[in-house]
Amino acid sequence: MLHIVACIKQVPDTKIIKLNPKTNTMDRRTAPAILNPYDAHAVEEAVRLKKRYGGTVSVVTMGPPPAVSAIKKCIEIGADEGYLITDRRFAGADTLATSYAVTKAIEKIAKTKPVDLIICGKMSIDGDTGQVGPGIARRLDIPPLTSVNKVVEINKEESYAIVHRKLEDGYEVVRSTLPCLFSVEKTINEVPYSPLPNMIRAARYKPHIWSVDDLEGVDVKQLGLKGSPTIVSKVWAPPKPTGGTFIEGSPTEQVEQLLSIILEKKELFEQKGER
Amino acid sequence: MNLQDYKGVWVFIEQKDGVVAPVSLELLGAGRKLADKRGVELAGILIGENVKSLTKTVFEYGADTVYVYDQPIFKHYRTEPFMKALLECTEKYKPEIILFGATSTGKDLASAVATDLPTGLTADTTELDVEEETGLLLASRPAFGGNIMATILCKKYRPQMATVRAKVMKALDPVPGRTGKVVEETISLQEEEIRTKVLEIVKETVKKVRIDEADIIVAGGKGMGSYEGFQLIHQLAETLGGAVGASRDVVEAGWIDHAHQVGQTGVTVTPKIYFAIGISGAIQHIVGMKNSGLIIAINKDKDAPIFQNCHYGIVGDALEIVPLLIEQFNKALGREKVSLKSG
Ligand SMILES: Cc1cc2nc3c(=O)[nH]c(=O)nc-3n(C[C@H](O)[C@H](O)[C@H](O)COP(=O)(O)OP(=O)(O)OC[C@H]3O[C@@H](n4cnc5c(N)ncnc54)[C@H](O)[C@@H]3O)c2cc1C
Ligand SMILES: Nc1ncnc2c1ncn2[C@@H]1O[C@H](COP(=O)(O)O)[C@@H](O)[C@H]1O
Repeated sequence: MLHIVACIKQVPDTKIIKLNPKTNTMDRRTAPAILNPYDAHAVEEAVRLKKRYGGTVSVVTMGPPPAVSAIKKCIEIGADEGYLITDRRFAGADTLATSYAVTKAIEKIAKTKPVDLIICGKMSIDGDTGQVGPGIARRLDIPPLTSVNKVVEINKEESYAIVHRKLEDGYEVVRSTLPCLFSVEKTINEVPYSPLPNMIRAARYKPHIWSVDDLEGVDVKQLGLKGSPTIVSKVWAPPKPTGGTFIEGSPTEQVEQLLSIILEKKELFEQKGER
Repeated sequence: MNLQDYKGVWVFIEQKDGVVAPVSLELLGAGRKLADKRGVELAGILIGENVKSLTKTVFEYGADTVYVYDQPIFKHYRTEPFMKALLECTEKYKPEIILFGATSTGKDLASAVATDLPTGLTADTTELDVEEETGLLLASRPAFGGNIMATILCKKYRPQMATVRAKVMKALDPVPGRTGKVVEETISLQEEEIRTKVLEIVKETVKKVRIDEADIIVAGGKGMGSYEGFQLIHQLAETLGGAVGASRDVVEAGWIDHAHQVGQTGVTVTPKIYFAIGISGAIQHIVGMKNSGLIIAINKDKDAPIFQNCHYGIVGDALEIVPLLIEQFNKALGREKVSLKSG
């Protein structure tokens, strides 16, 4: 029986989020909060492995109280348990402080039920770094396997996992000892519509909610803003572009003008022309 | 920690099959500027098996020193041995800045190293500068899906680390024969101690497109209407001898493979000519192509943001314009040939 922990995050939908032009800050109210799309694939993969080998899927997140709805979304996908660590002392965390806090939560979860595998998304669409996954692996001193796009085998008895890691021109087959951590590609699976029983369970589900004081052996200096070596010093809107020249006229005239513009760079086309 | 103990700028030299990754050469160019401003050394850190000969390239592109780990244990990239080498070397020589390409390998390695040191790590940097006096690295990157830019600092920890996107920094022109100091290091790590093994490397048989190397890119968006409509993009690309690019929405619609996606979550490109056809010009797309030499946009909506980010724009129906362009271009090139011959 496997115990798999998926790390998830609630994020503002950056497709919709608007910038306040006066303050250059994100107007979070304009953007609905969603489960980080990459993490849906992490949870889906955990659920598939559970179906294949038997076991339990827990999801864990650090975030503000509304992150409960992201956990519920994971229950819909098929996770069994959800853990939210939430505390003002976590606020302002960069990737280093995030991996520290999430690791503390995983350690606590593992106390009652040892963890065989941790799965993270490739990246979060707001943090957008992909650094938290390997960070958690280092803190737990387990191998990080990034760019995973297929799980070939998990063998708990012999304590190994075999996966495909995506490369630029193909993939590599890697074997790792268990426990280990995967950061998975979006292409690893497709997240289907959730079955009705899961939806019903999710609607009623109440996640475990922990504050800093519920965790063990926490060095508060490593949390939140205080525990973050990086700081954002300046935020600005990308420079407003000046715009181009419109080519006017009928389609034929437009194309003629365009042609004379691109043919100024004749050398680009010449090698093709004659040979 | 005493910040003054840390000196010098390092670039992690990513290599594969005996070739240095282009992004590492770009970073040597960027690192050279930072090192000169600070009056410190620029070093490359090269890890692999049979890589010593690559030091020549690293010097030619601007490094003063190269730290080399050349051992069988580094045959394939694996996080743990590479990380151990980098941690050891960092502890020994104390650089103030380490730059990595924001490739899957660079990100994987930098994340692990930064956690163990520990120090701050800025991801996907697109602008770099340094304060001359303090050595504080100013690493700027797009945030919130490219809607804003943010400058990230790491004031109290050294080294300062950043991964940097490919194709945004400029490599220096190589100086043949330029050399420097080679420092050979070894790591006392046994294969048995490493918990991951690469069992097999499978090269995809179909040659993957590298649109980041093309001089001409014809990119199409959702405005092509359908998979069939998108074939016009392929035809134009073929006519012009260019590569095909695409917006994310097109990739998600399954009209073309992700390798063709231009933008924040795709490839950054800088061709001599970039056609954006039926592409609205969302910021996430723009960041991937805005440094192209000549940008031509075709869109039927005159208010589409792409027109703010192009050199020439045509307001019109792509399904009408593109076939005309193909026809006219073929004709023109035909005429071109005749006139070349007669002249
Ligand atoms: C975190 C994040 C990362 C992202 N990364 C990327 C990325 O890397 N690359 C990327 O491209 N996008 C990315 N996106 C998506 C991006 O925000 C846009 O949704 C996407 O670029 C839009 O694609 P499009 O322009 O093809 O489609 P649309 O926005 O639908 O635009 C279609 C355009 O075609 C025009 N049109 C329609 N019919 C015709 C016609 N017959 N002739 C001419 N013009 C016509 C329309 O006027 C319109 O302007 C990202 C988004 C997020 C949130
Ligand atoms: N606050 C968080 N709580 C739990 N997991 C997280 C959190 N932030 C990031 N992760 C995990 O780390 C991955 C990479 O995130 P990032 O480094 O922010 O791009 C995500 O896909 C999640 O799996």
